[in-house]
Amino acid sequence: MAVAMQGATKVWQRRDRRTQFTVWAAWLAGAAVFAYCFQLISDKTIWVFVLDAPAQAGDLAVRMVPPDWAFITQLGRPIWDTINIATLGTAMGIAIAVPVAYCAARNTTPSVAFVRPVALFIVVSSRSINSLIWALMLVTIVGPGVFAGIIAIGLRSIGFCAKLLYEAIEEIDENQVEAVRATGASGAQITAYGIVPQVLPAFAGISVFRWDINIRESTVLGLVGAGGIGLELNGAITTLAWTQVSLILLVIIATVIVSEWVSAKVRHAII
Amino acid sequence: MSIAVAAPRRWSKPPLIKSARLRWGLGLGAAVYLALAFGTTDVNWNRVWEGLPRGAQFVTAFFPPDFISRWDEIVEGIAESIWMTVVSTVVGIALSVPVGIGAARNIAPAPVYYFCRGILAVSRSFQEVILAIFFVKLFGFGPFAGFLTLSFATIGFYGKLLAEDIEDMDPAQAEAVRATGAGWLQWINFGIQPQVMPRMIGLGLYRLDINFRESAVVGIVGAGGIGATLNTAFDRYEFDSAAAILLIIIGIVMMLEYLSGYLRRWVQ
Repeated sequence: MAVAMQGATKVWQRRDRRTQFTVWAAWLAGAAVFAYCFQLISDKTIWVFVLDAPAQAGDLAVRMVPPDWAFITQLGRPIWDTINIATLGTAMGIAIAVPVAYCAARNTTPSVAFVRPVALFIVVSSRSINSLIWALMLVTIVGPGVFAGIIAIGLRSIGFCAKLLYEAIEEIDENQVEAVRATGASGAQITAYGIVPQVLPAFAGISVFRWDINIRESTVLGLVGAGGIGLELNGAITTLAWTQVSLILLVIIATVIVSEWVSAKVRHAII
Repeated sequence: MSIAVAAPRRWSKPPLIKSARLRWGLGLGAAVYLALAFGTTDVNWNRVWEGLPRGAQFVTAFFPPDFISRWDEIVEGIAESIWMTVVSTVVGIALSVPVGIGAARNIAPAPVYYFCRGILAVSRSFQEVILAIFFVKLFGFGPFAGFLTLSFATIGFYGKLLAEDIEDMDPAQAEAVRATGAGWLQWINFGIQPQVMPRMIGLGLYRLDINFRESAVVGIVGAGGIGATLNTAFDRYEFDSAAAILLIIIGIVMMLEYLSGYLRRWVQ
């Protein structure tokens, strides 16, 4: 603890002088970087538009109320598509993520030197690219529609699921595996009876968690043409049908809240 | 004395879901759902088939990617993404602290609690891209809209986790600080902040990482950053430039992830 002398009295201080300077310098450096970056953004901004924004927002809000409730009859199909994209995409992602995770976990991988780096590279590249970018790419390749969306969500989910799953595999209790091995079980039997039961709850939790995230992500895939409710949203915005836009936003919020509720319930039941 | 021979019994693995009815119900439900989903998803297989050569072309574009011909645009886009990431993470976290404190059930009065939880729910329900569309409409094209989008999204993420962390804290420490006669701000600063700080620093770095990834996407709807460059590259079928951009994004994300992992270990 640092104590400073003020005349004859001792005063408690949180840090000694040296640490205090280091902390202060770190804050200064951080503030400088922040100010510099903000300056660069501000140079690229047309401030007239920014100052005008509150008026614009008010205007937009007036035009969005009340929502065009009759339009909801046309939203059934897009919502169904959105849910399908999320669900089938999650299923596809998990189906690929399981072998990848098996190869990436240090204790189950067939080869630490060759297979593991490849698996880790798959995980990283799938995780760094957002599903919207995957969709952008796939729409140019397989054409617009739900199919591109499913594959985009699937590809994006591989990395997320495989990462969490291989971490779960690495954290298993080796004693159980050892016990199964001691009975003379083969490699496949060790996996099935020693490893799988230990990671199954984590696996179910991860799947549901990713499904919940995917519902949210699949609401926007339509903006680049990959099907779902985003397509309707894009259409409504480009035709300036603001009452339809507000209805779509409400439907999206409702879907997301319901999926979050389902996911929380299921995870609660598992754990 | 004869040895009793037990009837031969076979052990079988206990299932994950114990109730048999629920297990079979879920299986049946999944089968019905899959049948419906596949039945109503129309895939234009001809179009997919036609696209495959284009897909192959895209894969070959990675060997080698073309960094040169669009280099200036790429540098500009990446720089914009980085500015947006830094500024929005700082502003987002600064704004999420009061919201997070307000959304913690154990220290906020009920009206404040519901108001702050409402902000968090709205911010978390909408995907960054939807927010970006509206911010672009209101504030014009460019990185400023992206910065606002990412800041707003950060509030939802960081505020929620902060609130949960405060709810899980040890009340005895906060009580001890209060017993010294500390004011409200002192109470927050010395009783609560030290308890949540280590985890929140780690989450801040994690959010920086997420914000960079998202900054690559908001550009698609006009909110600045590398996304706009990437979108243009795809629209012109310049796959080799797109491959270069993707590789740069992957590289930066990997670097950030490594860096934040290192910093987190150092902090804790």
